[in-house]
Amino acid sequence: MLDLLLPALLAAALGLLFAGALRRIRLWRRGRPEPVAFLAGLAAMPRRYLVDLHHVVERDRYMSNTHVATAGGFVLSMLLIVPVHLFGLESRWLNLALLLATLLMFCGAVFVFLRRRNPPARLSRGPWMRLPKNLLVFSASFFVLTLLSSGLLPEGFGGWVLGILLAAGVAFGLAEMLFGMGWGGPMKHAFAGALHLAFHRRPERFGGGRSTGLKPVDLGAPTLGVARPEDFTWNQLLGFDACVQCGRCEAVCPAFAAGQPLNPKKLIQDMVVGLAGGSDAGYAGSPYPGVEPGNASGAPHQPIVDGLLSAETLWSCTTCRACVEECPMMIEHVDAIVDMRRFLTLEKGETPNKGAEVLDNLIATDNPGGFAPDSRMNWAADLNLPLMAEVGRAEVLFWVSDGCFDMRSQRILRAFVEILKAAKVDFAVLGNEECDSGDLARRLGDDATFQSLARQNIAVLNRYRFERIVTTDPHAFHVLKNEYGDFGGHYEVLHHSTFINGLVRDGRLQLKAHKGGTVTYHDPCYLGRYNGEYEAPRALLNALNIELSEMERSGYRSRCCGGGGGAPITDIPGERRIADMRVEDARAVQADLIAVACQQCTAMLEGVVEPRPQIKDLAELVADALVEEVHEPRKAAMSPGPKTAVSQEQP
Amino acid sequence: MPVETSLNIAALVSVGQHPVSGRARRADQDARAVELGLTLAGRSLSLVHVGDAGEPALRQYLGMGLHTMTVLQEAPEADAVQPLLQYFATHPADIVLAGVQAERGEASGLLPYLLAERLGWPLVPRIAQIRAIENGRAEVLQALPRGQRRALTVPLPFIATVDSAAPGARQTAFGPGQRGLFDIQRGVAQPDVARAEWMETQARPRPKRLNVVKAKSAAERFKAATAKPQGQGGQVMKQESSREKAQAIFDLLVAEGVIRQ
Repeated sequence: MLDLLLPALLAAALGLLFAGALRRIRLWRRGRPEPVAFLAGLAAMPRRYLVDLHHVVERDRYMSNTHVATAGGFVLSMLLIVPVHLFGLESRWLNLALLLATLLMFCGAVFVFLRRRNPPARLSRGPWMRLPKNLLVFSASFFVLTLLSSGLLPEGFGGWVLGILLAAGVAFGLAEMLFGMGWGGPMKHAFAGALHLAFHRRPERFGGGRSTGLKPVDLGAPTLGVARPEDFTWNQLLGFDACVQCGRCEAVCPAFAAGQPLNPKKLIQDMVVGLAGGSDAGYAGSPYPGVEPGNASGAPHQPIVDGLLSAETLWSCTTCRACVEECPMMIEHVDAIVDMRRFLTLEKGETPNKGAEVLDNLIATDNPGGFAPDSRMNWAADLNLPLMAEVGRAEVLFWVSDGCFDMRSQRILRAFVEILKAAKVDFAVLGNEECDSGDLARRLGDDATFQSLARQNIAVLNRYRFERIVTTDPHAFHVLKNEYGDFGGHYEVLHHSTFINGLVRDGRLQLKAHKGGTVTYHDPCYLGRYNGEYEAPRALLNALNIELSEMERSGYRSRCCGGGGGAPITDIPGERRIADMRVEDARAVQADLIAVACQQCTAMLEGVVEPRPQIKDLAELVADALVEEVHEPRKAAMSPGPKTAVSQEQP
Repeated sequence: MPVETSLNIAALVSVGQHPVSGRARRADQDARAVELGLTLAGRSLSLVHVGDAGEPALRQYLGMGLHTMTVLQEAPEADAVQPLLQYFATHPADIVLAGVQAERGEASGLLPYLLAERLGWPLVPRIAQIRAIENGRAEVLQALPRGQRRALTVPLPFIATVDSAAPGARQTAFGPGQRGLFDIQRGVAQPDVARAEWMETQARPRPKRLNVVKAKSAAERFKAATAKPQGQGGQVMKQESSREKAQAIFDLLVAEGVIRQ
């Protein structure tokens, strides 16, 4: 009986898989066209899966090993099941290999099963709870079947009872593994995920690369930004479908932890609902904090905002990229959120709270605070800084950024100038010719204002000759380095932490040891995750003889200060403040001082009520530790030449 | 708000000037007038500008959600009253909204008055809100200093200037602003002869009136900041001779320390 039933079942399941796959592909293709390297992508897929994706999965060892066994076993099994059980190929070796493959898959499935007995909150339940059982049933059934067909068991073993059991097992297993793959079951992730890796919108991310700059909006397009699911590009839709609902993004999302109405996993699942049509009633994971699931519905041609999700969800994001960094499927959450914000800002004019005012200021005064554009250099009135307009060329162009209007940030800028002067760096500033980098406008979705600021800045920068740009602001750093290229601005840009570290390494700065209590370092998102600079700030602190007491979340897992992505401007209420949680992280390691490398982080963390650790920028720490050449006029008469005052230390 | 839907409402808009940077923008009060018009009439509000359709700042008004703007194309030195009169002769309106005064140019705030005079309509200066329009009459809230309001009833048609106390203008969206269309009508205006004869000089900051703080307690300061000025202090001199009047002014200037003896 099984001899006839099995090939029929297999053929039917494969046929349904094929039909489901075509249907799924049709759903993705409702998105906007986007050219991809089709064949190259497919060719690169195995490597991307086995190497790049595996690097991310491996951060959770348990799941990594489990997945290798389960997925590897399954792929191997399927490759062997088709010749052995569908085409009836008889070979001892094939049978043996298939036995091993199903055994491997079974072992993996056991661990999946164990994990699912009491799953952490970040995992989705629902259909995912039945997956381990079906994995076990599939692998066990084919194991026994192969035993039977290979003649390793006595003829008539088990009789018709076993036959029926095996038939049922195969049917269940195939339904989950093949039918579900094409028709939206949990195994959909295998099919969509593989294609997503092949046709990823940021192929530069693979092979250890980095691609974090937002893609520009065509300002002449009939609609700007994403209003409906079909306004996403087709490979973005494909990316959403690849989600495995593992909830790693949810676990690291600062907005979710703060109780703001954002959960990156739910957001991606809502997009899946949008591309396929339906409601979120079937969603079985954590909801957006404070929002009951089940009331959202959508379709490819229906507006997303106020159908699938509320605008507040989109504005809660700090664009810290923690979710993207953690996602084992390499989904681009931040791109999707900014695309939807672009529609709200550029088409609807609905930037919440202070957003409209800040954007107006950027348009009218080139800075978000609405300060007079010709007062940019007031902070340095006594510093006698060389202006590019006067000198024309310099080794280093110091990009001051909008910290110049903020009294706290001015202290960082002054500290950095002190360092530049101490190291005798040939530098100049743009002065009033500098405009806001446009970071804020771009994260708030106003790509028009961003592009106009970027073009103005590039026109100014192209007038002068310099070797590199150095800035104390990681947001400006990121934008200048990674986003100006699309408009013809290609520069070597360094963050001040990297630059000062270079000066120290070259022996151009004499530093004395830092005195004081425990120090921890807060990685700014736009320096760390966006640009991969984790080492230089630490090396610099090390040069100050500081032994860092690292917070639990540091480096690529650093928690956001809450200041990115225009979040302080749009100011969506939550239950806690992100900055409070970050300072709590620092308190947990008994830090007396949080070293930061971003004026936005300084502002956010210093906004936490005292008592809390002191907050100091790297530039301030270095400037405090500079061994200065002190000219003492009275003594100079007795002993000519500058004296090095090593022993003069601050109390 | 009970509003008859068949009403024709127009807003006059000008090119503004940012107070800090001096860049062209949508004028604040004009934008409030557009906002008021949008809440009354929605997208059937007509926008009218006299000047140059090539000015990019005009698109900021379209970005508030309107598809078209009528531009009466005129040279910068033209008098705006004549083209507007001609426009309203062919496009009758029930309510015309405008800012109190322009942010650049003469900025005399006279245009609505001249227009009202020539049209023979009433003018309601500095309104903050139109509460209702029923049976050919509008119930209007006029903004007075220090947050006070006065309710007025005005027969249609009328012109109203919109005060800075009116609700702020909605955000302007780039996309609709760029796609909005200009309905350009060629000029009929005569050059403003009177203005051509004027000599323009750079403005100098006007000297500030001295602020004599008389309040001693927080309650007094609060009252001074919020209550209607009563014209307290000082004296009214009518019968006295010119010499006595001059002496009184002189004494005050000495007392306030403006001049020293």
